Amino acid sequence: MKALCWEGVNKLAVEDVPDPVLRNDQDVIVRLIAGTTCGSDLHLIGGYIPFMRSGDVIGHEFLGEVVEVGAAVRRHKVGDRVVVCSFVGCGRCWYCANDLWSLCDNTNTNPGIGQALFGADTGGIFGYSHAMGGLRGSHAEYVRVPFADYGAFPVPEGIDDTSALFVSDSVPTGWMGADLAGVKPGDVVAVWGCGAVGQMAARAALLLGAERVISIDRIPERLEMTERHVGSEVIDYTATDVGAELRERTGGRGPDVCIEAVGMEAHSDSPVHLYDQAKQQLRLQTDRPTAVRQAIHACRKAGTVFILGVFAGAVDKFPLGAVINKGLTVRGAQMHGQRYIPMLLDRMAAGELSTSHLATHTVTLDEAPRAYDMFKHKSDGCVRAVIRPGG
Amino acid sequence: MTSRKSLWAAAAALAAGAVVVRRSTVRPADPAAADRWLTVTINRGPGDIQPDRLPAPLQEYGDRIETRIRPAPGDRGTELAVRLRQTRSGTSDSVPARLAGQDPRQDLRRALREAKSLLEAGEVLLPDAPPTTHDTPGGKLVGLLTRRAGGEGVL
Repeated sequence: MKALCWEGVNKLAVEDVPDPVLRNDQDVIVRLIAGTTCGSDLHLIGGYIPFMRSGDVIGHEFLGEVVEVGAAVRRHKVGDRVVVCSFVGCGRCWYCANDLWSLCDNTNTNPGIGQALFGADTGGIFGYSHAMGGLRGSHAEYVRVPFADYGAFPVPEGIDDTSALFVSDSVPTGWMGADLAGVKPGDVVAVWGCGAVGQMAARAALLLGAERVISIDRIPERLEMTERHVGSEVIDYTATDVGAELRERTGGRGPDVCIEAVGMEAHSDSPVHLYDQAKQQLRLQTDRPTAVRQAIHACRKAGTVFILGVFAGAVDKFPLGAVINKGLTVRGAQMHGQRYIPMLLDRMAAGELSTSHLATHTVTLDEAPRAYDMFKHKSDGCVRAVIRPGG
Repeated sequence: MTSRKSLWAAAAALAAGAVVVRRSTVRPADPAAADRWLTVTINRGPGDIQPDRLPAPLQEYGDRIETRIRPAPGDRGTELAVRLRQTRSGTSDSVPARLAGQDPRQDLRRALREAKSLLEAGEVLLPDAPPTTHDTPGGKLVGLLTRRAGGEGVL
């Protein structure tokens, strides 16, 4: 079959790879209907995530049709249209049982790497480095889905493929940020980043009752999209002082909840960005935490900062003093999608959540390298490119 | 790009080295290391885990291991700990030995993880195969480390 493979830093290629097979009794094989580019893919494409091998199939946000079912699968049958959570959870370890699915104890096939890097291994994720399990990614004609009874979800008939696709990762990630940050009625919430995850975090905050949601980015079409489709206020950080603007809009307090949805390759128009970029390129720090720093400084006293963006290692100039002296709660997580996906599909069917506007481009698998280039450079208004292996 | 690639390879090698070196550098400061239990917490009740009915990966060790089972606090399941009865030789946990997969604790650690997975999830998740269709020097290094990763770590 054809698949999109990582071939080295900033090198992607569509190649012939062996078809996936059922390796465990709880697996299913899914024929891809659609997958999508994700900002976190850019980190591994750019060489910021270690433990990639040439020939690794990337992609983790997808929807497809079940074509083969393992002997122990109980909840799926051939022909089911399913959206699959990007993180794989066994469903029965303590973390899965407590709805902390991305921390699953039993789905990372390389646990020693995560334990050395982080002190504990994470759950496995499709197409995202051997440190995160080494499972083959979904930008392919077929993909093997382990523990499918827990990670694959039937899509109700009334929801179209493109809308449902984003329930695989970006919608639950955004929802989790607002939920675990404790957004409640009356809160003012600021969200850094107007990509798909940031937009969904803003939408979730509004649905959870936030009084005001303010989204921050620099890309005009993303700001406009967020304002129009999500219903959030926006700030263009290249046109104003974000901290001053947030203080002015919040009576001098600062936002109650700040959600960072940018990640390790954050941009900024401040001189600190050059410092961060130089240190990252020299591998003196692995990540650029520009938006995290700003969120911590902007947050009101005793507020909450939630880090949704992907970070891999160590950062410099982390404002720990602000965390302590302002009494902040700082929290982060990879996404616990299985916890939210059924509820999100229900909300989508009820018309509360709309995602189809995120799909600014649709391409075939052969065109995927070009789509990633466009996505990386945010050219042609690209927010998300949807990859349809079947055309 | 070339420099990025070499930097990436260096970063991967450094991070990779951490997998095997970290414990080596820590170990001399840990006088109890040789006798330390390898321990996991299993999300099953203590009654579900019996020393004479452990899953096959541990059962195969027979009398070569000691086993300790006790309830985990806070309704977190059951703690299962194992360690080899026979004291290891002085060099068995050296970095070269561990890279070669010759530290007996690597196999025991892998068996313990597999036992936990079998008790909780009913199966041990296997990686996709083949891992890649072609290899590079950097890929071979990652391949070596992933082959050892099941037996390495901090538990």
